[in-house]
Amino acid sequence: MTEAYIYDAVRTPRGKGRKDGSLHEVTSVALSKTVLNSLKERNGLEGHAVEDVIWGNVTQVKEQGGCLARTAVLASDLDEIIPGLSINRFCASGMEAVNLAANQVKGGAGDAYIAGGVEMMGRVPMGSDGAAIAVDPSVAMDMYFVPQGISADIIATEYGFTRDQADQLAVESQRRAAMAWEEGRFDKSIVAVKDINGLTILDRDEYMRPGTDMQSLGGLKPAFKEQGEVMPGFDKLAIMKYPHLEKINHIHHAGNSSGIVDGSAGVLIGNKEFGEKYGIKPRAVIKQTCKIGLDPTIMLTGPVPATQKILKDAGMAISDIDLFEVNEAFASVVMRFQQAFDVDPALVNVNGGSIAMGHPLGATGAIIIGTLLDELERQDKETGLATLCIASGMGAATIIERV
Amino acid sequence: MTDFTMKVGDNGVAIITWDVKSKSMNVLSREAFGDLEACIDEVLGNDDIKGAVITSGKDTFAGGMDLNVLGSIRADAGDEPAQALFDFTMMGHKFLRKIERAGMDPKTNKGGKPIASALPGTALGIGLELPLATHRIFAADNPKAKIGLPEIMVGIFPGMGGTTRFIRMMGAMAASPFLLQGKMVDPKKAKSAGIIHEVVDDPVAAATEWVLSATDKDILKPWDAKGYKMPGGEPYHPAGFMTYAGASAMVNGNTWGVYPAAKALLSAAYEGAQVPFDTALKIEARWFVNVLMNPSSSAMIQSLFINKEALEKGANRPDVPDQSVKKVGVLGAGMMGAGIALVSAQAGMDVVLIDTNQEAADRGKAYSETYLDKGIKRGKVTAEKKEAMLGRINATTDLNNLSDVDLIIEAVFEDVGVKAEMTKKVEAIIPEDAIFASNTSTLPITGLAEASVRKEQFIGIHFFSPVEKMALVEIIKGKETGDRAVAKALDYVRQIRKTPIVVNDERFFYANRCIIPYINEGVMMAGEGVGRPLLDHAAQLLGFPVGPIQLVDETSLDLGAKIAKATKAAMGDAYPASVADDVTFWMVEEGRLGRKAKAGFFDYDEKGKRGDYWTGFNEKFPLLDEQPDLIEVQHRLIFAQVLEAVRALEAGVLEDIREGDVGAILGWGFMPWSGGPFSWLDIVGAAWAAERCDQLAEKFGDRFACPALLREMADKGETFYGRFGPKAKAAA
Repeated sequence: MTEAYIYDAVRTPRGKGRKDGSLHEVTSVALSKTVLNSLKERNGLEGHAVEDVIWGNVTQVKEQGGCLARTAVLASDLDEIIPGLSINRFCASGMEAVNLAANQVKGGAGDAYIAGGVEMMGRVPMGSDGAAIAVDPSVAMDMYFVPQGISADIIATEYGFTRDQADQLAVESQRRAAMAWEEGRFDKSIVAVKDINGLTILDRDEYMRPGTDMQSLGGLKPAFKEQGEVMPGFDKLAIMKYPHLEKINHIHHAGNSSGIVDGSAGVLIGNKEFGEKYGIKPRAVIKQTCKIGLDPTIMLTGPVPATQKILKDAGMAISDIDLFEVNEAFASVVMRFQQAFDVDPALVNVNGGSIAMGHPLGATGAIIIGTLLDELERQDKETGLATLCIASGMGAATIIERV
Repeated sequence: MTDFTMKVGDNGVAIITWDVKSKSMNVLSREAFGDLEACIDEVLGNDDIKGAVITSGKDTFAGGMDLNVLGSIRADAGDEPAQALFDFTMMGHKFLRKIERAGMDPKTNKGGKPIASALPGTALGIGLELPLATHRIFAADNPKAKIGLPEIMVGIFPGMGGTTRFIRMMGAMAASPFLLQGKMVDPKKAKSAGIIHEVVDDPVAAATEWVLSATDKDILKPWDAKGYKMPGGEPYHPAGFMTYAGASAMVNGNTWGVYPAAKALLSAAYEGAQVPFDTALKIEARWFVNVLMNPSSSAMIQSLFINKEALEKGANRPDVPDQSVKKVGVLGAGMMGAGIALVSAQAGMDVVLIDTNQEAADRGKAYSETYLDKGIKRGKVTAEKKEAMLGRINATTDLNNLSDVDLIIEAVFEDVGVKAEMTKKVEAIIPEDAIFASNTSTLPITGLAEASVRKEQFIGIHFFSPVEKMALVEIIKGKETGDRAVAKALDYVRQIRKTPIVVNDERFFYANRCIIPYINEGVMMAGEGVGRPLLDHAAQLLGFPVGPIQLVDETSLDLGAKIAKATKAAMGDAYPASVADDVTFWMVEEGRLGRKAKAGFFDYDEKGKRGDYWTGFNEKFPLLDEQPDLIEVQHRLIFAQVLEAVRALEAGVLEDIREGDVGAILGWGFMPWSGGPFSWLDIVGAAWAAERCDQLAEKFGDRFACPALLREMADKGETFYGRFGPKAKAAA
């Protein structure tokens, strides 16, 4: 059978997704171009080197609309013969791009792909593309739609996680991220964002708050209490779906939820012949991929069923996995994963995660696959599993194995 | 004889007058649609006519659609009711659009004829949707007039353009109280809300004048003009997005998701807001038909409108001359007595409010004063009205003041001895033809009547608490109660504008007979280890206003213990041992009597505000590791009540299932969307219900055993309304 290998993985540093964020001046096209050009350059890609560029991106309006993937290819140094495909599976878009590409390669539809994604959350705000599930009564009411923050708090209530536990996880994420940067663990993958004159705009994740402790987080007010309990009262819908709960425990806030940032990442995936042609070595094989749907109200428990399914499909056990990346969309998402599989927290998100560094929606799935591979190599371990929770009640996972 | 007549004046303005001779208020019938259309065609086609004013021959404009129309369309359509209802609705839209477009050129929007509405008073439902299609609405300065679209209250929504026009006139946010809550306002408020245009002394004259001077621009609706923007934004406009997303969540939460009309209304609004006006009307029609085809809407219309009105109009009143009450004596000025005095005085009766000491009697009267002061604050009551009303209440200890009353309502302590003594004392003073009623909630009327020398004039009139809020009154006939007493009670209830049901005398009558098993089933499950949040939420998800656990805290645990003990004493060995009693007695021992003790199944703060569920309860009655699923909990709660209603019918306590349905909804908030216990059984089907009874009985005990009547109906494939409904009754 044809295997799909990861040959390279790069990412931009993540800028604060605000008007004063360093990447706020950079367009979605320019940031995507940074990643595409870097992959071309680092691997000496020429002409029709890849079959397609599959680009994850969630908010596909304005500059991110109109099939950004194709626009980015044309803006980059890649040959115009390479098309482009924008895809949206919310927070797992970057992972879905990688998984799609891997399965295309395995199925023989081309030798290689670039897969990844971008999200300029400061420039194209989350939700500005509309969403029927939130606003169309025929779905919103029947599905008991609640925003993600409420879902994260439902998880905390249902599975008994406290504010303190969530804050501890956030503090640890910050500590690990700071340490990873300090030790240069991201050096292999980070590609600095430069201006049209070659001047550096950003070369380091800027969202992090090193030194965050329990005390500094303790002062933050729960972010979703107001919309849950008062206006428009989403907690009631949570109770309607989960009537055994007395009330929703609002534990999440800006400090233990993922950060709103700008960022992009790309992964170069190809078969054996592709590597031979360009004289590059495969770093890992994409062993198994998976996506799954679940109750859209609790919405964010997807990593659990996705992991169960991918392990089953791969004929593996949780103990076969050496390291995990579980996207830190909210603290309770990671806590639920650890609770369900009883895995050593030291093996999960070794270098911090989206709480510390931010979660550029369309790119994160590709970022964490790259981060996982870097860390497997650093620790000289074999097998890693990356997984994300996804809006509207989905989950996705990827298992990679070093070769 | 047509409901609409037209006269063209010398000024060329046609005055179209709506006057349904057979009714006190205009309602739109199927035929009248055609009559009005003929008038409009004449206005638009006749060059001598400059425009028209649509008004009413009564002091109100119209009360709405004749709700029997929808049922008759459905019935006439045979196998294609949805198509027939859709065609009917679209015909209505097309006609109203004909008025709105008034013959103007579709491209230039020029050349149309002005058509105005002149409302002398109340305009509701289609009675407002018709004026909304005209070009300008003039209303008389009549503060008693009610203007609005109350369709949602009977389980449907404004489906003749009201939804689409309101949203385009004022935006979804501003329209929501009118559409989603059926808010009705007086003409001045209707004007400031943008529903009508002018409040004037003589609406027909003002409308005529306007018609004579109106220009092409004046008669063009904003949504038919170029560049129309929806107030508040359409659903994918940033502001509109928040409104629509918030509306879905709020409506779902507030209604616990059980009212199909609320969902359909929102969908019609959301989908309609994204397309041109005529397409929006088509969407409105599709959702309207969807609601009409939902058995819940028929059940709600049947119980909350048609049958409720029939009962209020005396469907079961014996053929006895008018028994209107002029002066009522209320015995006992406690909470119930004080409330009864208030509603009686409000209805214009003279009231003698008796208690054993003057202070207590005065306190009872003060209850009315406090209530009226609140009304003054809210601008609903005037100082003069308050004085007049209080003047009608004579708070006293002197029974001799009862010498000229025509009705006694006794609301003293729930004790047979105390009541018997009062009955004897009072009957010696009141006129011989006066009716004596007891407001007992637990004591059999036949037993109480034994103290009476005029048993045929003795009856039960059971109010619910708080009297001024609760719409239901349960009238109980003792074994010897005569027709005149029943008529008197019914006339009294009509005077105080409440809804009566008449039942026969058996333990707990009808309402409490059903409520008690509901509470018991909830308490029993709590004792079995089912989580209390699940129990309360399960009930709320069915549409009950409060769950059983919260309800028992409100009614108090010691009352539950008292009822259990009394029932046990009455039944003897036949009384089944129950976890519910273990729980109740233990809670009473622990002093957790409910809200009044600021400690019950819930914790309360010092002010008596309810907090969380009391955690101590599950230390005594541990939670089950495996909690039952929601549906099972819900079925136990529903069947506990519904089977009791069926048994009440079997036992002859209920003589009319309409009373069983209306009484359940108004008395204890039984799933209003279902139309009541019997309507619910008709929706789910007797066969399914009987089978479910068997399953529940096997798992949880004989209290769920299928009543013989239900079994028989399941076998024969009968429905309750088919067998016991008013039509079946009339045929029998």
